[in-house]
Amino acid sequence: MDQVQLARASLVAIPLILLALLILPGRKAVRLPLSIILGIVVALGLAWGMKSGNLTYMMSFSTMAMIYAILSLGLNSQWGLSGHVNFGVAGFFAIGAFTSALVTTTMPIGALAAYSQQAFGLGQPFLVGVLAAGIVSAILGYLVSIPVLRLRTDFLAIATLGIAEIVRLIFQNERWLANGPQPLRGIPQPLFCLVDKPGCSWAPHWLIAWLQPLGPRDYSFVYSMIVAVILAVIYVLLERISRSPWGRVQRAVRDEENSAAMSGKPVTFYRIESFVVGSFIMGIGGAIYAHYVVSIDYSHFNPLFATFIVWVMLMLGGSGNNKGAILGAFVVWAVWTGAQSLVDLISPALSLISPDLPSRSAYFRWMLVAILLAAIVLYKPEGLIKERKRVSDFMKGSAKD
Amino acid sequence: MESAAPNDSAGLLEVRDLVKDFGGLRAIDHCSFSVQEGTITGLIGPNGAGKTTMFNVITGFFQPDAGHVFLGGGDVTSLPPNELFTKGLCRTFQIPREHESMSVLENLILVAPDQMGERFWNCWVRPGEVRRQEEEIRTRALDVLRFVDLTHVADEYAGKLSGGQKKLLELARTLMTDPKIVLLDEPAAGVNRTLMKRLSENIETLRRERGITFLLIEHDMNLVMNLCNPVIVMSEGRRLMEGRPEEVQRDPRVLEAYLGGQYAAAEG
Repeated sequence: MDQVQLARASLVAIPLILLALLILPGRKAVRLPLSIILGIVVALGLAWGMKSGNLTYMMSFSTMAMIYAILSLGLNSQWGLSGHVNFGVAGFFAIGAFTSALVTTTMPIGALAAYSQQAFGLGQPFLVGVLAAGIVSAILGYLVSIPVLRLRTDFLAIATLGIAEIVRLIFQNERWLANGPQPLRGIPQPLFCLVDKPGCSWAPHWLIAWLQPLGPRDYSFVYSMIVAVILAVIYVLLERISRSPWGRVQRAVRDEENSAAMSGKPVTFYRIESFVVGSFIMGIGGAIYAHYVVSIDYSHFNPLFATFIVWVMLMLGGSGNNKGAILGAFVVWAVWTGAQSLVDLISPALSLISPDLPSRSAYFRWMLVAILLAAIVLYKPEGLIKERKRVSDFMKGSAKD
Repeated sequence: MESAAPNDSAGLLEVRDLVKDFGGLRAIDHCSFSVQEGTITGLIGPNGAGKTTMFNVITGFFQPDAGHVFLGGGDVTSLPPNELFTKGLCRTFQIPREHESMSVLENLILVAPDQMGERFWNCWVRPGEVRRQEEEIRTRALDVLRFVDLTHVADEYAGKLSGGQKKLLELARTLMTDPKIVLLDEPAAGVNRTLMKRLSENIETLRRERGITFLLIEHDMNLVMNLCNPVIVMSEGRRLMEGRPEEVQRDPRVLEAYLGGQYAAAEG
């Protein structure tokens, strides 16, 4: 094993440790050391055993899957907890992405200013951008929820779909805001200095020396580590409130609103709360996406790519279950990306049938996702991981003890 | 047959000159009555008399077109259900509306008022206190379950209970708080004899020992005659009469309201 592999393994280990913590059962005292050991061992194994290109691909795959997992968690706190049919995920995703982009970039100067326009550029650090994205998205969620949450089910779906389209069209048409139809470029990559020369100014010497063999091409390792940490924080915080008296009121409202009202719960207040919490999380998802792809424009936030696929993820994984939301994101993203290689594989055969079929083969992926959705709804409507019966973890034991 | 003016002695719950229209249909037509503290008052009447609509107006699900509702002397007309709950008014529904995907136990725990953990930030910053409160409420919920004899299904999904058990659960939920008055909408409909006996015993015990006032809609005349005093009769959205059960049973106007013209023709 050489230095490069070791350095990569150290970066891969962090997401893996978090994954192990998520999956392994048992008490914390046992789980924590076990997860650390398991994470490091698997990371070393991957760095040693996989081809460098494959490992890099795996990291970018899981980064995208984790971004979707964040969106799926956001949707879960709206649909899973409280029953809001939000078909406007893309809108909150877009708001988050553009907010963080505007907060972290600086205003274009010189020749660039002629090509690129933006309303402002604050040049703030990554975490400020992420937080701002969540807050702006939550504010939008709040403003939208006041009129829109008077609606239920399919009516709510149509209204939110419309709002997401409005958001997208604003970013498409308002050049002054975020460069309109042109991409907004140069969104900073956090901790890029870790894999760049001469290394981060704040980093201790041993860290610089340790990561020294890595180059800019290895940035996906750094970023997936960052995303994993943020996803873990969101998961822990959301899980805490989902399995609490608050989560219980949300489920009560979802099941039977009138009864919840008659039990003294201000139903509208709780419905708005869960919608805002979900919007906040989706906004953060948008920010993380923006810093990952570096250049964003309106076309990224169309309903197919940014709303419906998230719904499929949540429904496949298990509505009402945060673990399910994450699992669903990984599975559906694997099907989605796997379908592309399948399409590439069969395109010679397709061209024999009709010469212009291969160019349209992209729709094949959508067909696969659609079939997957139909299969879930028909055969496993509760998803891969079922919602737990008991809501509150603050309650000890069951009725029997 | 105009409804009389409300009693001079103000009751715990008072309905004054209430009107509710649905389009062209007048479901409640200048209806007034009052429920005295410490009674089990029956509200009977033929189908379509406006009893459930009356409940829905009192509990804030419908806005009345005219008239007022008073609770303990204060005007509570058109207050939302959750505010009425904090003022000590609870109700059950004709068709049980349990939270089906939660356990029976958590259906009860939900109802407890002023839970710290219902503010989500408390779950992050003060988990210990939330846990302690949750434990208190759970103990109370288990007591209530024992009272209505549902302990054996505490961990079941509420949606899986039988119709009669759901009715008991509805009653149990109102006991998770300290209500002044409970409105029961057909508590015994679809409940077998044994269960019904227990239900009426429970209601009587609660009135006697905890001083809870009940207003209940019921079609089962046995239950009404045994349990309720006084009984208010509604017909076509109006208060037809009010009296002791045996008075109501004998009153020709009540028979006419229930049986309509046939009875009138037979008498005439």
